[in-house]
Amino acid sequence: MSEIANTFTLDGQIVHFTPGQTILEAALEAGLYIPHLCFNPELKPHGSCKLCTVIVNGRSGSACTIKAMPGQEVQSSTPELDGRRRLQLQMIFVEGNHFCPGCEKSGNCKLQAVAYDLEMLNPHFPHFFPERPIDASHPDVMIDFNRCILCEQCVQTSRDVDGKNIFALAGRGMKSHLIINSPSGKLGDTDFALTDKAAHVCPVGAILEKRVGYAKPIGERIYDEKTIREQVAADAEGGL
Amino acid sequence: MTHLTMSLVEIATPILERHKRDHTRLLQILHDIQDELDYISPETMEYLAHELEIPITQVQSVVEFYSFFHSKPHGKFRILFSDNITDRMLGNKDLFDHMLNRLHLTPDTVSEDGLVSVGMTSCTGMCDQGPALLINNMPITHLTPRRIDEICDLVKSGLPVNHWPSHYFKVDNNIRRADELLATAYNMGDAIKAAVAKGAQSMLDEMKRSNLRGRGGAGFTTGVKWELCRNAPSDERFIVCNADEGEPGTFKDRVLLQSFAGHVFEGMTIAGFTTGAKQGFVYLRAEYKYLVKSLQIFLDNMRAAGFLGKNILGIEGFDFDIDIHLGAGAYVCGEETALIESLEGKAGRPRIRPPFPVTCGYKNKPTVVNNVETLCKVTEIARRGGAWYEGRGTRQSTGTKLLSVSGDCARPGIYEFPFGVRISDVLEECGAKDVIAVQISGAAGVCLAPHEFHHRIAFEDVPTAGSFMIFGKDRDMFDVALNFAEFFAHESCGFCSPCRIGTSLVKDMMEKIAAGRGTKYEINEIQRLRDQMKNFAHCGLGQTAGNAICDCITKFRPAFDKHLSSRDFLPAFDLELSLARSREVTHRDDADAHLGAK
Amino acid sequence: MDTQVSSQPQKVAKRKIRVATTSLSGCFGCHMSLLDIDERILQLIEVVEFDRSPITDIKHCGPCDIGLIEGSVCNSENVHVLREFRENCNVLIAFGACAVAGGLPAQRNHLDIGDALREVYCDRAGLGKQIPNDRELPLLLDKVHPINEVVRVDYFIPGCPPSGDTIWKFVTDLIAGHMPRLEHPLLKFD
Repeated sequence: MSEIANTFTLDGQIVHFTPGQTILEAALEAGLYIPHLCFNPELKPHGSCKLCTVIVNGRSGSACTIKAMPGQEVQSSTPELDGRRRLQLQMIFVEGNHFCPGCEKSGNCKLQAVAYDLEMLNPHFPHFFPERPIDASHPDVMIDFNRCILCEQCVQTSRDVDGKNIFALAGRGMKSHLIINSPSGKLGDTDFALTDKAAHVCPVGAILEKRVGYAKPIGERIYDEKTIREQVAADAEGGL
Repeated sequence: MTHLTMSLVEIATPILERHKRDHTRLLQILHDIQDELDYISPETMEYLAHELEIPITQVQSVVEFYSFFHSKPHGKFRILFSDNITDRMLGNKDLFDHMLNRLHLTPDTVSEDGLVSVGMTSCTGMCDQGPALLINNMPITHLTPRRIDEICDLVKSGLPVNHWPSHYFKVDNNIRRADELLATAYNMGDAIKAAVAKGAQSMLDEMKRSNLRGRGGAGFTTGVKWELCRNAPSDERFIVCNADEGEPGTFKDRVLLQSFAGHVFEGMTIAGFTTGAKQGFVYLRAEYKYLVKSLQIFLDNMRAAGFLGKNILGIEGFDFDIDIHLGAGAYVCGEETALIESLEGKAGRPRIRPPFPVTCGYKNKPTVVNNVETLCKVTEIARRGGAWYEGRGTRQSTGTKLLSVSGDCARPGIYEFPFGVRISDVLEECGAKDVIAVQISGAAGVCLAPHEFHHRIAFEDVPTAGSFMIFGKDRDMFDVALNFAEFFAHESCGFCSPCRIGTSLVKDMMEKIAAGRGTKYEINEIQRLRDQMKNFAHCGLGQTAGNAICDCITKFRPAFDKHLSSRDFLPAFDLELSLARSREVTHRDDADAHLGAK
Repeated sequence: MDTQVSSQPQKVAKRKIRVATTSLSGCFGCHMSLLDIDERILQLIEVVEFDRSPITDIKHCGPCDIGLIEGSVCNSENVHVLREFRENCNVLIAFGACAVAGGLPAQRNHLDIGDALREVYCDRAGLGKQIPNDRELPLLLDKVHPINEVVRVDYFIPGCPPSGDTIWKFVTDLIAGHMPRLEHPLLKFD
């Protein structure tokens, strides 16, 4: 009985959930895609990118932070919400310096993949073109702050998984930026290692392993092969 | 740490000891260190991180987040002009320029001798006696060119601010209309005794009966908040007084803390008594740092009289004490979860809600966060009961409300009215004539035009945290909207992308319009961004950030039209200006070296 | 469109759609990609004629139905050309990553343009000590911008370059009067 009760509807489709799961977690487990960027199933929900904003029983909120409850009616793929998500992506694109053609992460980048999914054709708003020097001081990993979207996945992973506290956010408003925990502020002066999980969680091309950028050619990468929607469905399939 | 100068260790050690090396007191430690060392250098950050056993990034994150901390030298005298729209209307910009000229300075740059720097800051809560500034966190109001000259002379003399004649720092209460709260004589301990006589449960019942609603703006029922906190299972609970009065145009909490502190502290103590909390915090905005000393003295007197501390009124187990915690210049900390983060020694980024502070607040313990005015009202309920209290005001908005009235009127200041007062009645009482607009509840509130002045101040009609800014017939409502746009871009915490980016885009577009390069395109874009922030932003700051600007567009469109180009589109940036650097390095000034502004 | 043509057989020759193309600060890769539509260009030529374009070598744009702009806005000449296109083209399309988002040229935006010119023209052995200042030379903008930051733009085709198939899909949709739509795998930013 209780299993039947633990369902909600997502755009009319019935989704089963385990009590304690968020709407986004349950949806992804069912192979249903709700656009998102800052969410990582292995970390505490962050709730900052707002792309996963859905309407739950008439009220809007982040699918990554709202707990799934029996009988919820969740709207996600509506023209209005997708339009807002597209707008949100455009805002994120003009905030940083996202030059996909020159980025090693292109094709494996979540920001780009979500933009493809939402058919974002241009960044629309005037670019801020901020000045953000890169940090190449570490022997194995480089940081290109131009692409950082402030999702804090590296911050959380380094702190909560690696136990190292290498990263943090500083500043306020548009001056917010990622900082490194060393007196020089350089990654090379920390005990960060390629084996750290935090070296591999960046959804965009801000934290990159050196010397392997083009091991897999552009055109043959994750989101060249599949859309992010198809990828999520495939992951759920594989997880079963 | 061998490379550290001895002076840093010598200065920092007693400060660290005073704060028990408690990293949740990081903001307080940084305030004290900065008072001594003028700024927080990278070396200082590293040292503090080491001593407090926290990552350097946490110290850096806090220093960079708050406007009142500086990682570079900022002068022996740090002067900040309040830049609320009411200060602008009183000519703060001319006075600012005058001071810069007198001191041969550019904005936010320290003089070569390291003596002084001059900058702008968000509303300092002196709107009824502006233009105002802060010098080393001490307020000076009623600025005139002559006053600026005197300040410049004192600065040049190098005399420390605490030796300046005290009349400079006089802050008036300007109480224009007093009712239950402001007119009743205070007798220390009366309210606490009355609450204790009732007992905790009965006090809570009276609170609920009174239907007192929070005065910070959101209007949550205070009794219910207390009950939720009281019922949340925990070994520890906290009472926080939100004195981060940052909403532009409001200053009633400043008056309450300056002259009615007993009401505030007793309200907190009664909250402690009722919920079982033993520790209270006053989170005081840094702009009101000048009040700390008198508040501390008041707390000491209460302790001496047995109204704070252990076994209050001799009742075994009734322990409650209050600590004052200074903010450091961040409007977002008025949001209760951001405030709690700040109280824990971190940057003030709003948390994800739920859980709400009543179950998971300060140090993840049940926490009541109440506004200064709300806590004052608690003493009325303790003394006179919920039924009596409920008799004033309107059904849904009981009791009286303090309004901070500023702008174009004969008598700016504090007005205490029963809820339900019409806006037109407030305008008449304060001597405002030929009013074209009133901005209610600050930059996050609503802008009302004359045809709406029949509305009432009440949660069910026009809710307000207290700010009431009046604009007369000669005011340009575009300037008002521009000021708010700049305010939100400056105060957005940066956590969620809709607000972080949206407030900056809106500001840039408003500045483009101000520069004569705006079109209807920008007007549409601003409204679109407002909708985006309203629907997608994480907290109230972002959700309301575009409201007042769009109110102005809807109700005062001609004020915008006169800045707009008749063209349907103009470049996002100034084309002519974008060639300036090339002209400079090529030494060209021929016709082909120009593109024209359009 | 086909139906329109067939409903009025051979009476009046349907006016061809006039298209202009240009590259501002770009690498002409998008134009190369346009040629990647291969033999489909013959179909295109049935309904389209070219005004100003590298294909025709016409130097100035006349009234056109569609303008395709490759490249970003980097100097004053780019601005003049872009304005000419906007004034003459009914529909203006940003074509490729540079026109759409600034692209690779915009990666110089963190540099001071004075420092960059000095380093190239003054600080290198054998190049003299003078930043070229002939008035024939267009002046550089302090920052490189996508074209929609300078003029109103109607459509965007991202990609570096957009593939021949992407361009074909987009342009044929547009010519047929359909709302052009790009989806996986035609929608690419790289």
